[in-house]
Amino acid sequence: MRYTFLLYSDPADFAHMTPEDWAREKEVYGAYIGALQEAGVFLDTDWLHPAETATTITLKDGEKRVQDGPFADTKETLGGFFAIDVPDLDAALVWAEKCPAAKHGKVEIRSSAMGSS
Amino acid sequence: MTQACAQARAEDVARAAYGKLLAMLASRTGDIAAAEDALSEAFLAALRTWPTRGVPDSPEAWLLTAAKNRRIDQARKDARLVVTNEVPEMTDVFVPDLDETLDERLKLLFVCAHPAIDVAIRTPLMLQTVLGLEAEQIARAFLVSPTAMAQRLVRAKKKIKSAGIPFAIPDVASLPDRMASVLEAVYGAYAVDWLEGAGDLSHEAFFLSTILADLVPKDPEALGLTALIGFIEARRDARVHENMLVPVPDQDTDLWDMAMIERSANMLSRAATLGKTGRFQLEAAIQSVHAARSATGQTDWRALSQLYAGLVKLHPTIGAVVGRAAVTVEDAGPAEALKLLAKIEGPETDRYQPYHATHAHCLSRLGRIAEAAAAYDKAVSLCTDLPSRRWLAQKVAELRQNIS
Repeated sequence: MRYTFLLYSDPADFAHMTPEDWAREKEVYGAYIGALQEAGVFLDTDWLHPAETATTITLKDGEKRVQDGPFADTKETLGGFFAIDVPDLDAALVWAEKCPAAKHGKVEIRSSAMGSS
Repeated sequence: MTQACAQARAEDVARAAYGKLLAMLASRTGDIAAAEDALSEAFLAALRTWPTRGVPDSPEAWLLTAAKNRRIDQARKDARLVVTNEVPEMTDVFVPDLDETLDERLKLLFVCAHPAIDVAIRTPLMLQTVLGLEAEQIARAFLVSPTAMAQRLVRAKKKIKSAGIPFAIPDVASLPDRMASVLEAVYGAYAVDWLEGAGDLSHEAFFLSTILADLVPKDPEALGLTALIGFIEARRDARVHENMLVPVPDQDTDLWDMAMIERSANMLSRAATLGKTGRFQLEAAIQSVHAARSATGQTDWRALSQLYAGLVKLHPTIGAVVGRAAVTVEDAGPAEALKLLAKIEGPETDRYQPYHATHAHCLSRLGRIAEAAAAYDKAVSLCTDLPSRRWLAQKVAELRQNIS
């Protein structure tokens, strides 16, 4: 089954990071992605620009409205995702636990509703 | 003496004496961060002066004096007095008493593993304060960003200072508990093994365990812990072959480090003479039985089975029960092993990979091949260590071949 990890964190926690820190952080994620790939469970991932750069659009109420910023102003924001293919939630949980994002933020695990009856 | 040579000498002294010097500096004020600053200033001063004046006879004492002076300077500055920054003319005035320095390091370990310090930061704190590891190295091993790790370490040191955690050997009543948490944290440094190579701390952890065994040579569990880590370290080169796990009973004993095994065996028998069994000694004894195969050519499953029974009684964890079941397969047989596993089956074993792997092994030995393959599949899905994952996947493939 396909599971998506939504990675939430507080941008303030990263405020003092130096370019070297970011390079190291990238290495940590690189190792994690490598492990997912070698285990044959990796599907996709992305790392997003900060929430304040978001643009939100809606046609709800019959009118197009474009908003500069995220739809919800929260302390912890979505920073990226991983999509993996594992048999069940137990397996998704062991991988989510290894996700570097879980160390300083929260990882929300959601199973795919596509193709399920 | 050249700059490079003086630097190399200062670095050698740093590595060997870091924890000792830091503990001596911090124990009076309880301020680890200030002691670290003073010590690094002292190292800088050494790099400036040793190339021209020569390395002192006792570099450790020199560094300690320099750091103490530096700290006094800092204290005066804090009191808004005018002081000079110049490194004082120093002779080797103070040669620390060996016993005293050992005690100070032990106190530092007790501070790091104090109940008021968050369990998760105890091990990193020990690695930094006792071995002088950089936050960056520690961060890599614990898979967190260096900034996050540095912040947590700073927070822990502030807490030690502001909460007034004493640099002292705990009283007799609380000593066993406190000692247990020190041992646990040292073992924690060894257990950080995921993504090996990204930041492998096993050598540092082993070193930490030998320091601890030196500090409290009368504590059988401290000896047991260093024996345990030593036995496992001795098998390092045999653990993985062509990227695949090799289980201990199948390992090529020629690849084992026999000197390390002998050392561990000595530690373990020293522990035994102290007459108090404990978890780490039992785990080390289990490893010593495996190690004996290098001499006898076979594994004594009965001995393993008895030791695991003892471990389960003394330290009943899911891991111990699964380990017991795994050796019981070879001793009393797979049916008996299944009974042991059945006793612990529940929510806690759902995501515990070794449970499913052992369960699969029992089923396969009983000829229940389809069930065994399903259990191996479950184990594979829960396995994040790649060599182990490949080994489990191979087991499934073999079983499936038997079915078809």
